[in-house]
Order: sequence, then structure tokens, then C-alpha cells
Amino acid sequence: MIVKDVVCPFCGCLCDDIEVEVEGDRVVSVCNACELGTTKLMGEKRMKGPILRDGDGWREITYDEAIRYAADMLLSAERPLLYGWSGTHGEAQCVGVHMAELVRGVIDNTSSVCHGPSILAIQEVGHPGCTLGVVKNRADLVIYWGSNPIDAHPRHLSRYTYYADGFFLENAFRDRKVIVVDIRKTETANIADEFVQIKPGGDYAVLSALRALVRGKGETIPRTVSGVTREQLIRVADLCKGAKFGAVYFGLGLTMTPGKYKNIRNAIELVSELSRHTKFTISAMRGHYNVYGSNEVNTWMTGYPFGIDYSRGIAFYNPGETTAVDILARKECDAALIVGSDPAAHFPRRCLDHLADIPVVQLDPYPNATTAFCNVQIPVAVTGIDAEGTAYRMDGVPIRTRKVLSTDYPSDEEILSRMYALMQEERER
Amino acid sequence: MSELLIRNACVIDPLKGINAETMDIAIRDGKIVEDVSSAAEVIDARGALTLPGGIDSHTHICGTKVNFGRYMSPEDMRAGRTSRCGPMHATSGYSVPTTYGNSYRYSAMGYTTLLEGAMAPLEARHTHEEFLYTPLQDTMANTLFDGNWGIMEAIRDGDTRRVAAIIAWTLQAVKGFGVKLTNPGGTEAWQWGKNVSCIRDPVPYFEVTPAEIITSVVEANEMLDLPHSVHIHANNLGTPGNYTCTLGTLGLIPDLNPKRQTLYATHIQFHAYGGSGWKDFCSKSEPIVRFVNMRPQIVIDMGQVMFGRTTTMTADGPMEFNLYRLHHEKWSNHDVELETGSGIIPVLYRRKNLVNSIMWAIGLELALLTESPWQCLLTTDNPNGAPFVKYPEIIALLMSKKYRDAEFATIHPDTESRVPLPAIERELDWYEIAVMTRAGQAKALGIQDRGKGHLGLGAEADVAIYPIRIDETDPSVDYERVIEAFSRTEYTIKRGRVVSRKGKCLVDGNNATFWVRPEVSDDYDMEKDPDFIEKFDRYYTVRMRNYPVQEEYLNRNRCIETEAEI
Repeated sequence: MIVKDVVCPFCGCLCDDIEVEVEGDRVVSVCNACELGTTKLMGEKRMKGPILRDGDGWREITYDEAIRYAADMLLSAERPLLYGWSGTHGEAQCVGVHMAELVRGVIDNTSSVCHGPSILAIQEVGHPGCTLGVVKNRADLVIYWGSNPIDAHPRHLSRYTYYADGFFLENAFRDRKVIVVDIRKTETANIADEFVQIKPGGDYAVLSALRALVRGKGETIPRTVSGVTREQLIRVADLCKGAKFGAVYFGLGLTMTPGKYKNIRNAIELVSELSRHTKFTISAMRGHYNVYGSNEVNTWMTGYPFGIDYSRGIAFYNPGETTAVDILARKECDAALIVGSDPAAHFPRRCLDHLADIPVVQLDPYPNATTAFCNVQIPVAVTGIDAEGTAYRMDGVPIRTRKVLSTDYPSDEEILSRMYALMQEERER
Repeated sequence: MSELLIRNACVIDPLKGINAETMDIAIRDGKIVEDVSSAAEVIDARGALTLPGGIDSHTHICGTKVNFGRYMSPEDMRAGRTSRCGPMHATSGYSVPTTYGNSYRYSAMGYTTLLEGAMAPLEARHTHEEFLYTPLQDTMANTLFDGNWGIMEAIRDGDTRRVAAIIAWTLQAVKGFGVKLTNPGGTEAWQWGKNVSCIRDPVPYFEVTPAEIITSVVEANEMLDLPHSVHIHANNLGTPGNYTCTLGTLGLIPDLNPKRQTLYATHIQFHAYGGSGWKDFCSKSEPIVRFVNMRPQIVIDMGQVMFGRTTTMTADGPMEFNLYRLHHEKWSNHDVELETGSGIIPVLYRRKNLVNSIMWAIGLELALLTESPWQCLLTTDNPNGAPFVKYPEIIALLMSKKYRDAEFATIHPDTESRVPLPAIERELDWYEIAVMTRAGQAKALGIQDRGKGHLGLGAEADVAIYPIRIDETDPSVDYERVIEAFSRTEYTIKRGRVVSRKGKCLVDGNNATFWVRPEVSDDYDMEKDPDFIEKFDRYYTVRMRNYPVQEEYLNRNRCIETEAEI
């Protein structure tokens, strides 16, 4: 059986034009997806059922037992952490917020170690952006700054920017210019009309120089700025001002390098400045397929996009204090529920030391690095493969992922709802 | 079966012609009925003012731009927070509260039905997701068509029936309720960084004018027999001298529907400005209201400004950019492919600022000068003019000349020479307030036949009992009591259940979403239209099959089916 218009649950591009061929309970082939998406959709060896750590080994337990274990763990914890959420659907994220509120825990998502600084910049200066289709149909200039879509978001260029059909462009591929700004010559840099190579840590200065040029203060620019020549800076500024529609896409190369949220603030202010001359937009290249959804859900439910602490009953937000890495590094939390992410593969050693000392329950279809830190792991259906649910694309467009297979695995939402119901019962007693 | 009897209620129910009669209200299974058994639960209202549940026909509470207003404003989130308490979840936010915050605060004020004023079709799923977490009000969404490519092309081809067909397909696909035009043509121009100045400026490339968009969409709206009229946020919002543009817009509208208005013109306060610049900025509420008073086909809402901090958010992207250049605060913008856009900036309306003082006066003038309260509804364009929690103060200002004068003495001294407000003696009565906050809103939305906005037999049992006796209160003097009473009901009853008591919400409700599905002939079914499908596939970034909002996103699904002429 062929399923059409499948939504790829891999990256923030959330491509929804995938064709999947299914035989029985297996995906046998995938069309239109990139290599990353194909690998995810084809699946790998999943865990059979929930497991409980038993001495040096694992013991199989039932879903009921696993859910009970997690509910008890969260109820008895003084400062529980509920972390992850970017690799699951919005409906599950909503239950997670209710759980955190009930146990007065901390709920945080992967953006605190990803585009968190971008969000801080937006909270200072706002965000002039647009949906991907606006860029596809109009942009004659696309800038990738500190991002390498060919490797990380392989279909971004073909579906939404450089190679995509555009209503207002006769021949989109020839009519669009691409600027790549990075510290090294990436795959994406190879296709750029202009490659701007910045010395590591020099983004802020280059953005400031461009802002000065756009404001007509060219005389203040030295011969080189962070390794970029004055001539090239002028060329880039002119390309920007001369464009009918310019779009900046930035990645972690700008967000997580020295300067952090100030880099993003500077980039946004450059775009606001350019908006006085022509049309310009800026957007983050979000990683997980539903990391933006976790920000959205947290925001309408709690008021804040990530790092929410309910320990005082109200929702309290102070990134750097109420974010997962900080809570773990300070050895504050005494239990952790991990959903739809793999912190052991990404967090600093100090955090993992603490994670090893506290009870941890993970919801994940596959064994991963975090499995080694778990007391219980509960395998779930994969959103977009054997579970439906809402995901938000990197530009905020919400799409309902399709279910292409029927399996016996419960979804994240199902498991979490059962956990929450047990917790509510216990608390009402 | 659940039964409830409200005894000794002092009822004002304008749609049923009831004005301050003391009576009992019987409720069975969520509906108003003739009588109930002796087993019914009884509430003694003790002569307190009892109204149909409040309806807000233009508010921004759910969806992409509202949530972005929260996302970018942790300072606003900190400005209003409560912790979990009984069935109430924690809330955050003052001008853009979280969904629970909106729902609880509206419920405490007796509101049971809300219309989200602007939903981009492509992002409709987001609005519906937030509706699911707005548990204590029924919801519906105005759907944006101001920059819709398919519609502008059909208008260029002179094909109004196709305009109607595209609206019909989109509304049923995105579970939308009404047709919204926000700065028609301007949001498309803004995707090139441009705008249209008024109704005769052509939209770049599409070569249609806002006037053509408005007249065609109004005609299409009636072809589809939609419950609500076209709902417009006119061009040129917020600029000095824009009242002529507003008059031009209103002048385009014929009287096409005997049951309701043909055009709902929202937040007219922002469109009633005189002057050639900020220096000679002044009120032009009088010419606007004179025009409206003569035309039953127009209903307006106030868009009242109240002093203090708030967040402005609208689909009108270019207007927000202009505001950003005035205020230099943070600015967000979000254009939506083939459809519309949006912008957000925080603002502070100050008494010491002359322009802000004049804006405050204009909103009140519109309500006081419009002869029929059915034609001017009470809103702040929440949160653009002020957060909705300011409604009780606005009610008191409309009911008390004394209160208005007291406030007027605190605003910018030059205001007096720029506005007619000080000379207006009118004080609205309880009945008029009931029209402006529920009955008129239900009629304008076309939902009175769905049992909304009144307490007649068979109506939805949405009731608000306010802790005030109108026979013992002189609102022109006791305005503080009026504010207090409208801020917090004694009981808010939703679908026959007490959901809020003295400001505390008692249940975790389950909202209903109203949406429309116009029945069109096969020839006008866009699902099967090759040209529509081809353009969709080529220029949208979402597949046509993945675009419609599934019924999973509706708690209680209230589909309104209409017979279209096409």
C-alpha cells in the first residue's frame, strides 16, 4: 500500500509530500524524503516493551507497571524535571504541562540547549518573519548564516528557497542569489553566489558592520572586520538593499557561538533596519520536527516557550536558572521524566553525573544514549509513523502528522494521559 | 438529566424584549425550558441583574499571532499570574494571558462566547488547538481573506461566484466561522514591503483595488448565506485623517440582508481620526456616526482604548511596522503565504499623551453618539485598545457622565479642543449595555437562532448573574459599584452548569466551536477544480490534503450548514 502526503517527522522542515510504501507493519520504501527522513521513516529496531533496571540488567515490565512507576516517581519527587518534548506531538506536550503543574516540577524542552538564545533575542527585539511559502514565492535573495542546510535540513533549499518554484520569479533557480556566511566552507557555501567567511566568534562584529553600511555609515568600517574585507561587506550590504525580498535563515552557528543571543539580536535588528529599505525577513532553522511546537504549546499553556518552573505554583521563567542543564548541574532535581529527546547524547558531563544518581523514566521508541541512565524506559509509537498528532514547522505552520502503520505501541499522549490520571487520583485522595 | 432553576432574577433580555423583569429561569440539560421538576437545583438570584452570557464579537485570544505576543513578552506574562487552584490551572499574562487566563477571566466577567477576530487559514489548526484549552467559552474564528491570491485573481476576472466558491471551500476546510478582511489588499502589498493607502489603490501585481475586494467579498458572503456578515478592519488604520477612507469604505456597502447588517466594521475608533498629521490630530467620530446612524446595513464596534500597557496585534502587518517606527519598541511580523500577514508590538497608552487621550475619547463618542446600541458594540479589540478586563470600566464610563468628567480631568489638557466628548450628555442604561455586550453581538454574528445571546425557550443556558440590584443603583453616580459588579459575576452559567462563582472557576469545561459549511454545487467545489488544485500544489508549501483542519481539533463540534446560491 502506498500512503501519499506523509509528513516527515525528522527536522523542522516538516516536509509533507512524502510517499511511503507499507507492507504489513513495515515501511518498505520512501519517496521524496531526504536521507535523514528516509532513515527515520524506514525505522530501526524498536524496543518491544517497557523495561525496568534490575541490578546490572533489565527486566521486562508491563505498560501498567511502567506508568505506575513513573507516576509514583514524579509524585514523590521534590523537584522533578520533565524534559525533552521536541520529538513528540503537541497533544502529548499539553499533558506534560499539566503534569508539571500538578507536581510543581520544572518543564523544559530541547530549545534550551538549541535555539533558546534566539528566543531570548526575540523577547528583546521581536521577530520579523514569515512562512516558508512567502520566501519560496518571492525571495530573490536568501542568506544562510551559521547554518548548513545541505547537511542539516537537506530539502530546505529545494522545497522552500533556492531551487523551489516561485510565483513571482520567472526562473527561480537563476533569479535568486544565495549568500552563505560561515566560519568554514560548507557544502552549502559551494552553491553560494557570495560566501562570507568569518573568523570564529566574529559574527557580532560583521552584523554591526552591515548595520552601519545599511544606515549609510560606510566610512566607519575598517579594512577588514573579523576576516571579512570592507569590499565584500559593501557588496553584501548592496545585495541586501537591492533585493526585492530578502530572507535570512540562521542556525546554531550564530546562536550558540560567542555572543549568543546578542548575535541574534544584532541579526534581527539588521533585518528591521533593512525593512526600511526593502522587504526582509529572518527565521531560525529549527532542528527537531516539533521543537517549535513545544515552544508554542508551552507558551499558550504557561506563558513561556521553555524553562518553566512551577515550584511556587505559578509559572516562573528564568533561563539559566530554570532550564534543564542548570537544574541538573546544580544537582537540584531528584527525578526526571524524559520524553522525545536524548539528553545523554547532548548534555554536559556534570549534568549526566547527576542524571545517573536520580531516578529517570524515558519515553522513547528506541534505545538511545539516555537509556543507560534510565530506571525505566517505555517504548511508544513514533509520531508520524504509527501515531498521529500535531507538529509545528520551523515557521509556525501546524501540520497534523499522519499514521502510516498500525502497531500495538501506545502514543506518547496515551501513556502520559494515563500517568497524569493516576497522579490526579493520588493527589485528590 | 440535569436541572437548574434560577429564582428571582432581574432579567434583561433584549432579543426577547425583556427589560428588567423579575422572573425565574428554568434550565434542563443545558437549555432554557418552560419549567423544571421539584428536584432541580435552585439558585436564588435575589433580584440581581441577570443577563444572557456575554459575547465578544471581536477579540484576539487564540492562534499564531496571539501566541507570538505571549512568546515575545515574558514581561507581560509576569504581569498577571495565578497558581493552580481546584480545577483552575495556573495562568500567566496581563494583556495577552495564556489560554486558561483568558478563559477564566472572561468567565468571571460573565462571558460565555468568544469570536477570535483573525485566523490565517494556513495556521487555523493552531487557533483550534488553543480553543481546546479555552474551556469555559464557546468559540468561533473569523477567517482572513484580505490577501487571498485565488480571490484576487477571481475578482480580476470579474467572477464573484468563484470568489464565493473559494471562501466556501476555505471556511469548511479550516473550520472557520466568518469572513474577515484586514486591510484588504494591504497585507499582500506588505509582502513586498508596501501598503495600500486607501480603497482605490491597486494591489501590486494583482491590479485589483481594496474597494473591489470589499464589494466582491460582501456579495460572495451573501451568496453563501453565511450567518455573519463580512467583518472588516478597514484600510489605513491609525493614521491622522483616515476617517475619509473609513467613510469611503462604509459607502461601498449596499443593504443586502434583512436579518442582520451587511458589513461589520470593527474597532472603528482606530479609523475615526481627523487632522493632516499628529500635530492637528483630532476626533472625527461625528461624521462616522452620522453615516452609521443612517445605514442599518452597518454595525460597528468601538475598539475602545484604555490607558495603560497592552500589546497590539493584528493581521495588518504594514500598520504594525508604522507603529514600530513610532514607538521603537520590539516588533514582530509574520506574513502568511498566499493569504495574509500579521504584526505585533507592545504599547503604552498614556493619559499625558495628547494622541492617546483623543483616542480614548473617540471610542466613547462612537458608542454615545450611535443612536441604536445594536449598531455599536462594546469592544477594545482586545488586547489592541486595552485588555478585555477593562470592559467593566468602559461600561461605567458609558453609563456615567460624572465618571467621564472625572476621567477627562486627568487626561491631556488640550484634548478638550479636539474632541466632542465633553459636550455629550448621554448616559447609556442597563438595557443598552445588555445589547452592546451580548444581544447585539449575537445578532451581528447571526447566532441568535443558535440559541445565543438570549434566554428564550430552547436557548443555550448561558447566563450571567451580576451582584448588583439595578433598582437600587444609580449608575450615573455609583459607577464604582457598576465596575465592581461587571468585573465579577455572582454566577456564570455555561450550558446549564455553574462554571464560575464570585470570580472562581468551578469546573474544567469543554468548549464548543461554531463553524460553517456552505453547500455549493459541484461546479463550484474547489476540491475538484483543476486550476485551484494546480495553483495550490505549486505555490503553497503545504499539500492540499494536509491543509484542512480535522474534526479531532473540535471539542464540541457545531457545524452550521448553509445553502449557497452557487
